[in-house]
Amino acid sequence: MTNLEKYNKTFTETLGISEEELQGLEYQGISQWDSVGHMGLVSAIEDEFDIMMDTDDIIDFSSYEKGKEILKKYDVEL
Amino acid sequence: MWNFKDFGNSIAAEDDNGNIISYTQLSNLQDKFKKIIGRTLVFNLCSNSIGSLAGYAAMINAGVVPVMIDADLDDELLENLITTYAPEFLWIPNNKNTALKKIGELDYSEYGYSLVRINNEKPKLHNDLALLLTTSGSTGSSKLVRQSYKNIKANTESIVEYLKIDNNERPITTLPMNYTYGLSIINTHLYVGAKILITDKTLMQKEFWQFFRDKEATSFGGVPYTYEILKKLRFFRMDLPSLKQMTQAGGKLLPELHREFAEDCAKKGREFIVMYGQTEATARMAYLPAEMAIEKCGSMGIAIPGGKFSLVGADCEIINEPDIVGELIYEGENVTMGYANSVDDLSKGDERNGRLITGDMAKMDKDGFYYIVGRKKRFLKMFGKRINLDEIDRIVKAKYDGLEFSCDGVDDSLYLFFTDEKIMEEGKRFIAEKINLNLSAIHTVYVPSIPKNSSGKVMYNELKKLVNI
Repeated sequence: MTNLEKYNKTFTETLGISEEELQGLEYQGISQWDSVGHMGLVSAIEDEFDIMMDTDDIIDFSSYEKGKEILKKYDVEL
Repeated sequence: MWNFKDFGNSIAAEDDNGNIISYTQLSNLQDKFKKIIGRTLVFNLCSNSIGSLAGYAAMINAGVVPVMIDADLDDELLENLITTYAPEFLWIPNNKNTALKKIGELDYSEYGYSLVRINNEKPKLHNDLALLLTTSGSTGSSKLVRQSYKNIKANTESIVEYLKIDNNERPITTLPMNYTYGLSIINTHLYVGAKILITDKTLMQKEFWQFFRDKEATSFGGVPYTYEILKKLRFFRMDLPSLKQMTQAGGKLLPELHREFAEDCAKKGREFIVMYGQTEATARMAYLPAEMAIEKCGSMGIAIPGGKFSLVGADCEIINEPDIVGELIYEGENVTMGYANSVDDLSKGDERNGRLITGDMAKMDKDGFYYIVGRKKRFLKMFGKRINLDEIDRIVKAKYDGLEFSCDGVDDSLYLFFTDEKIMEEGKRFIAEKINLNLSAIHTVYVPSIPKNSSGKVMYNELKKLVNI
């Protein structure tokens, strides 16, 4: 599985959505991406890529696209 | 309730867009409401915004009785509540899309909220009745708690005393104001003329922390889940020099987390105060003084000023010895008048006489500190919000006619037991949507049939065993 596939999987599995919904997806844009969903998503991404995100990155992780940028900082190329 | 005029042009609330409202403006809105609304019932569709807060405060002071409802409540559930209580007006955010039927023209609009007439008749209200709060907000249960002016004042004065709140405080909102704990933070700070920092942003958002730092918030409250989030956000490493006090309520915090926060706060010269309460007691019944937070870790403390606890055993005997579990009874002026299930109940007087059977099982240690150990009633706290399990049963059975179904769980984890595998996924999504709960907190289990005893009662212990809870 490529890193992008893994990244997408964390979203679809944690938030219970399909891949088609990922583009342009934002925090609080769907009911499942609320603060509980956000915690689950961050944990799933940390587990998947074996990283530990900083506070600033967790609270800056406001969209599907933004998350990709943030992961670059942790040397995860998507 | 509040003396807005005493605080003049001091700021009562400021939001994260820089909008402000002064105590003078609150006083003006109070006068306006007195004139155009009068003594009647109004649904306040709450959000953490100046309009919602100002509307609430002005209504209470003007003798209007608000029913506090989450502005995001499912439309159908809101319609049911409106049918049950027939409020004369709604106080509703201007940006809320609604298909609700309106009567006549818009009555008044201010601070991003509008007053909308939906009925022509005034329901009969008891003279003491000040406020109505939901017991299980997101299931849209029609059961409301009736709070009197005396209840709110007594609880507010007690909280102001034990938390030592003065007009230099700047609490930041982290809880909804239709939730009694969030509301008590508003009540107490308006009482002393402090400035409330109000935002609908969550702890998960950069904008929240920006607002926190820019406006130098001094305190906030949180439910157990809030503290889990804070830990995840590496709160212990955050630099927040303005923060002086953190309170916790809305369910029992894991003792490990309690200790970590208590120790961190002690190190940084902050107060960490665990509390206990219920909507039925206006808001608060107990608190653990900050200086005892480490020593009495896991305890919810002692009764608040003006309140008194006792424990009652299975045979109604009073328990006086330490470490024996009994049902917790609370007495104080903040014990609410009772429940309402229909508009007719709004004319009822006090039914509790200052004594509340909490439904919580507790024990006391030898120093007189109380510990919650369990619950008698069938409800869960989901991320701080009370969810009545019988209501979930009702909602699912109403959707799937004739389905054999039950549910149970522990705080923050709801288990749905279906006897039809095909509808489990859809049923889970339906509930998540209906009661506004994250899917990750809902688990589905297939059972061939719901275990019942000879008299037809569901054996919840059997269901619990299936999922090891």
